[in-house]
Amino acid sequence: MSRLTEDNVRVAHEIISHYPRSRSATIPLLHLAQQQDGYVTNDAIRHIGELVGATSAEVLGTATFYEMFKFEPVGKYLVNICRTMSCALMGGEELMHHAEHRLGIKAGSTTPDGMFTLEHAECQAACTEAPTLQVNYRYRFRVTPETFDALIDDLAAGRLDSEIPAHGTVARIRQHIPAERGVGAVPPEDATNAPSWMTVAEAPK
Amino acid sequence: MTTTESNDVEAAEVVVDPNAVSVTINGKQFTARKGDLIIKAAENAGAYIPHFCYHDRMSSVGMCRMCLVEVDTGRGPQLMPSCMFPVTPGMVVETESPASKAAQEGIIELLLANHPLDCPVCDKGGECPLQDQSFSHGPGESRYIEEKRHYEKPIAISELVLLDRERCILCDRCTRFADEVAGDALIQFTSRGNTTEVTTFPDEPFSSYFSGNTVQICPVGALTAKPYRFKARPWDLEEAESTCTTCSVGCRTAVQSSRDELLRYQGVDSDPVNWGWLCDKGRFSFEGVKSDDRLTTPLVRTANGHEATSWNSANAAAARMITDAIAAGGASSVAVLGGARGSNEDAFAWARLAHEIIGTPNVSAQLGDGLPVGVLGMNRATIDQASSAATIILLAPDLKEELPVLYLRLRDAAVKNRSRIIEFAPKATGLTRYAWRTVFYEPGTQADAVSATLARPEIAAQLAKGEVVIVAGRANLAESSAGTTAALLALSTALPEAKVLPALRRGNVVGAISVGMRRGKGGLDSTGILNAAAAGKIECLILVGTDPIADVPDADLARRALAGARRIIAVDTFITDSSRLADVVFPAAAYAEKAGTTTNIEGRVTTLAHKVTVTGTSRPDWMVAAELAQLLGTDLGFGSVDDVTAAIAAAVDGFEEVTAEALEAAANGVLAGVASFDPITTPTVVLGDRNSYNFRLVVSRKLYDQAVGTAHSPSLAKLAPGGAVFVHPLDIARIGSAIGADVKVSAPKATIVLSLAIDDSVQRGTAWVPFNQTGAKIGELIDAAAAVTDVRIESL
Amino acid sequence: MTGTTYSHAPGFVAGDRPQIVTSRFEYEDSYTLERALATDGYAGLRAALSRSATEVHDEVKAATVLGRGGAGFPAGTKWGLTPAGVWPRYLVVNGDESEPGTYKDRLLMERDPHQLIEGCLIACYAAGLSQCFLYIRGEMALAQERVAAALNEAYAAGYVGRNILGSDFSLDIVLHWGAGAYVVGEETALIESLEGNRGMPRLKPPFFPAAIGLYGKPTIVNNVETMANLPWLMRNGSAAYTAIGSATSPGTRMVAVSGHVKRPGVYEIINGTTTFRDLLYGAEFCGGIRDNNELKAFVPGGGSAPWFLPDQLDLPFEGRLIGAAGSMAGSGAVMVMDDTTDIPNAALTLTRFYAHESCGKCTPCREGGTWLMRILDRVVAGQGTQRDLDQLLEVGGTICPGDFPHASSERLGLAAVPFPYKMTTICFVGPSAYTPVHSALTLFRDEFEAKLVKRTFIPVTAVSVSETEAAL
Repeated sequence: MSRLTEDNVRVAHEIISHYPRSRSATIPLLHLAQQQDGYVTNDAIRHIGELVGATSAEVLGTATFYEMFKFEPVGKYLVNICRTMSCALMGGEELMHHAEHRLGIKAGSTTPDGMFTLEHAECQAACTEAPTLQVNYRYRFRVTPETFDALIDDLAAGRLDSEIPAHGTVARIRQHIPAERGVGAVPPEDATNAPSWMTVAEAPK
Repeated sequence: MTTTESNDVEAAEVVVDPNAVSVTINGKQFTARKGDLIIKAAENAGAYIPHFCYHDRMSSVGMCRMCLVEVDTGRGPQLMPSCMFPVTPGMVVETESPASKAAQEGIIELLLANHPLDCPVCDKGGECPLQDQSFSHGPGESRYIEEKRHYEKPIAISELVLLDRERCILCDRCTRFADEVAGDALIQFTSRGNTTEVTTFPDEPFSSYFSGNTVQICPVGALTAKPYRFKARPWDLEEAESTCTTCSVGCRTAVQSSRDELLRYQGVDSDPVNWGWLCDKGRFSFEGVKSDDRLTTPLVRTANGHEATSWNSANAAAARMITDAIAAGGASSVAVLGGARGSNEDAFAWARLAHEIIGTPNVSAQLGDGLPVGVLGMNRATIDQASSAATIILLAPDLKEELPVLYLRLRDAAVKNRSRIIEFAPKATGLTRYAWRTVFYEPGTQADAVSATLARPEIAAQLAKGEVVIVAGRANLAESSAGTTAALLALSTALPEAKVLPALRRGNVVGAISVGMRRGKGGLDSTGILNAAAAGKIECLILVGTDPIADVPDADLARRALAGARRIIAVDTFITDSSRLADVVFPAAAYAEKAGTTTNIEGRVTTLAHKVTVTGTSRPDWMVAAELAQLLGTDLGFGSVDDVTAAIAAAVDGFEEVTAEALEAAANGVLAGVASFDPITTPTVVLGDRNSYNFRLVVSRKLYDQAVGTAHSPSLAKLAPGGAVFVHPLDIARIGSAIGADVKVSAPKATIVLSLAIDDSVQRGTAWVPFNQTGAKIGELIDAAAAVTDVRIESL
Repeated sequence: MTGTTYSHAPGFVAGDRPQIVTSRFEYEDSYTLERALATDGYAGLRAALSRSATEVHDEVKAATVLGRGGAGFPAGTKWGLTPAGVWPRYLVVNGDESEPGTYKDRLLMERDPHQLIEGCLIACYAAGLSQCFLYIRGEMALAQERVAAALNEAYAAGYVGRNILGSDFSLDIVLHWGAGAYVVGEETALIESLEGNRGMPRLKPPFFPAAIGLYGKPTIVNNVETMANLPWLMRNGSAAYTAIGSATSPGTRMVAVSGHVKRPGVYEIINGTTTFRDLLYGAEFCGGIRDNNELKAFVPGGGSAPWFLPDQLDLPFEGRLIGAAGSMAGSGAVMVMDDTTDIPNAALTLTRFYAHESCGKCTPCREGGTWLMRILDRVVAGQGTQRDLDQLLEVGGTICPGDFPHASSERLGLAAVPFPYKMTTICFVGPSAYTPVHSALTLFRDEFEAKLVKRTFIPVTAVSVSETEAAL
């Protein structure tokens, strides 16, 4: 179960083609697998290893280094509440307490209906808008208990479906390099000449 | 002293060695070598810098931070990881300054923070770098009062290796080894930061042929080997340096025992050979030496089968058999097979007995799976030369399976971009993924493949780039040696400067052939001997540490030969399918039970340690030969193994320098000279019509099989993969059976049943079967008389 | 719809100041190619392509565009560090913004992706870099979407790809995204991550990316904001650029001020001359401390920077001056604490961050960072002892031996210890776990002591007898 689908294998090959070495596509392909299944399955890891030329252990080593990858199912909505300094100064911890009460779960767990997983997050790069949270990596700023409750209600009622996809999908727009426009990635060992616009004399010393 | 001379001395002193770098280490001037890392230079200067992650056979990662020392490169003293920086002129290094010591003590305290300190029940205790360096460079106390990390302990990461993650200090040695040295990146760091751990992927164990090395280089007791766990305390071990004879690479080992029992082999770093590494088969094969199944007394055949007897009566019986054989059929009706598993001394004594005392030319150390001995007379390469040649041509078996540490050395050459590998092979090998070009040939056509490849301009350009080394051996046991021999001759004719490294497998095959275990004038080679025996022309067949029924590719021929030989004498460590048929069986002393020397594929002669008492009354092979010689009327003059070593130096071409004194003095053994052998003649390869036999057969060895040493080492025996017939996935349809189903595999000689498997490294139109595996009697199909073996695969 | 929508640029506060990188922010559709082209978009690229690569490189050098990622190394000089004649060379743009307090690169990516793309093109043209990888932090979905869309537009319109604008300059820009690991913001870790590996930093030397970088080839790693400066620079020239800001820190710079101020926000300030007092109290900036409270302390340059006190308010935002005063300008992130702040807890939020984000490579960071966090956690929870406070400094001393930088304090009679610190780790994550502990303990030790456990009996622990007696 849960190897990449045929359609996703095509996407995977397009992603791989962007890089001089296929191993570089490991993280994008892990995202693709997570988009497909909501989390990263062992079969997907094995499949990605085959696609990029790595052992399953190597892909696992890479995958587990990064926090966004989940290795067991999480809720449809992953709610990450920031607890780093700026947010903490502006009530991030209190917001987490409220969220735990509102959802009836402790941080790090999932509601029984599988809708929400609540997690502590570290700095979300929106410090001036503290306290912040992300739902499936979509921001909410200066969150109060009231706006949090309203957000949960909206999510539960499906009112934000157009803005916030289910967990696993991050960017919904992919880069496509048109064949007629792209230069094409070449393995570094095959690209040892100065680029066309640089004469050797011009190359920086 | 004259003025001129003194001027010469001064002149010599001012010559600047371009590789010398003058540095100050702990206040003393020291001349280091250019490119040396500080940690290495300091060690050479007598200043040990503590470390955990640094290992001088792997790239530095600067991970543990234990080797931080104060270094001043002119900008004031800075703490620098000495494993990451090479020496520069004028550098001032303080390994014991207050700042250096404070850093080292701090790191030890941090490493111990989460270490369980379960040293009393840890195998590493007593030889543990963490323990030792905590003592020598640590603060002596811990201020850490928090909860330590907890993990399930230990977990098996392979059949041989267990991992205790609580003890692990995350030095990256095992993971680096697996990736960088072995090319089996099956263990990895997972998770991050304080929860980082080493793990395998679920259901993909660390099944590397080299896994035992990680246990040896682990600087704590995190990795332990099942065969050694809880068997001894390190301080109870006695050790002697020796050479592994599991294959013919000649890796240096430390043989360790306690209370006269072999307990562990460790790799010893021999720069020209194994760089400290061992394969698991070599490392754990000591179990076979200790086996309860070992022969302990001589056996003679009676009406009731084998019965134990005394050495005197066995010797007398054997001598009588030889005399009777000579009387019945002349000296040449006695044939001697074997010698490749023993020492040079064993082989030399048997060669003397055979050639000089019995007077037969029918002697062979190979078993129909080698090459004509002339390959040893070619321009011989060393392993170092091979792994630094611009081009390495492989016309060889899968080196990862047969000569594992040679595989490591050549892989290193390829991944570090020193060498390009051009490989000729009937199916993909362990080195295929590192090869610059791989040419797959159909068995029997390798000479054509070589000629066509050499004609390609880019190949010619590559071959012109520098030294070329050809690694030559038998890639396929289901064909005669003719195809490979023809290809080798084509290569050496086209590349007369190229050197040749023989890829012959058995531990001392090169030594045995070199000291005389080869056919004399007019004599038969091994296949010839077996054919003669099968035809009833051999009155006495002597098997010296060899099991033709298991090892000769053509099993039927071997069986017929042993049935046809009128008398059989065997010298062996175990009762095997072959020695079971012998009239007299002498129990032989095994590895580590006898001293002597051995010769590796390069011709490097190294010493073998006599570490433990022999099993039962067994004797070294050379002694058996000497006794028989005595009984046959000639004293070989061998009172001790040293006498034999000296006799080899005195008598054998190329071994003049290989004396006990030279061996004593040389850290890495002595390279024997290349003697002259009968040159190889171009064979004719006749490929018959395939008819309905639509798959050409490739049979090759896996590292683990049913061979006697492996079969009697419990830890290794279970690693043998078992038999099956492998075809290319696209050929499955032709057979009409499902993968995993039993199929009939037929050749003109016989039909056997094997389970069907796919492997996309097998070429289309060929079928591959691993040799000597349980449930796969593929030898039944192989015909020693034919150039190749074609088979038909059908559903049952 | 609840909360603030994410589709515009909350936090950015424009003012009556020169705008080098934020000039398009006022438009709702600032991220489209149409808007970019209507507002000088790709004019900088055309200007660059009309000159030789060397001339463009010289122009950037003359402008002294300081790297905006944290270290402040001049971009033009960095480009010149690649070894001569070694190809290919790569550009990796660091959009893995995650330093606590920092909020600027995400804005630049979300609000003006074409400016960023144009900057990348100029850099690659000037330095002969044959492929560009734009590494965006994994959690920034919108930034990834905006950049992806912009790249698709730019390829279609001939601004990226083969023979750009009909010239012989050809370049692929590849959008790459991470997956949640702060340490990947470190340039060698970024390269490891881009190669598909665990994002663990490499030691410099020998792994200076300019010499041995992506795939072992010369690689320039530049920050998003640094790239965003280039189009304006190419359009207006280095003289116009250096006319803004101070001699050592020309141009403008994006600074995020967060925490206890009246108007937290992201400001494009004049580099090198704007003071912290301007920023925190100025009417065009934050307008003072919230509720008119007293300022207690502030972090001047991202979570890794040692803390400042009100004593340092009159320092301008200028790297060297901040360094001499005991901290760093870092990533342009000021975090403000008013007098209601629980200092030990504030320190814990940062130490926990860095302990959590340790990659695990260097022992001092992996073990020491977590150790610091655990002690601090205990102290904040009211379970600490005097010994724990000393222990914090001792563990820190293993990560950063010797004098640790800190601000001067009139109240405490302290003189400044200048930046930087010494460290036993490869990168700054380990030291950064210690920085808030050291700053807070040095400047506000009384607040820690007030939290210590009050008991007359100390239970037996691993503390030695003499120390137990001393504690009694």
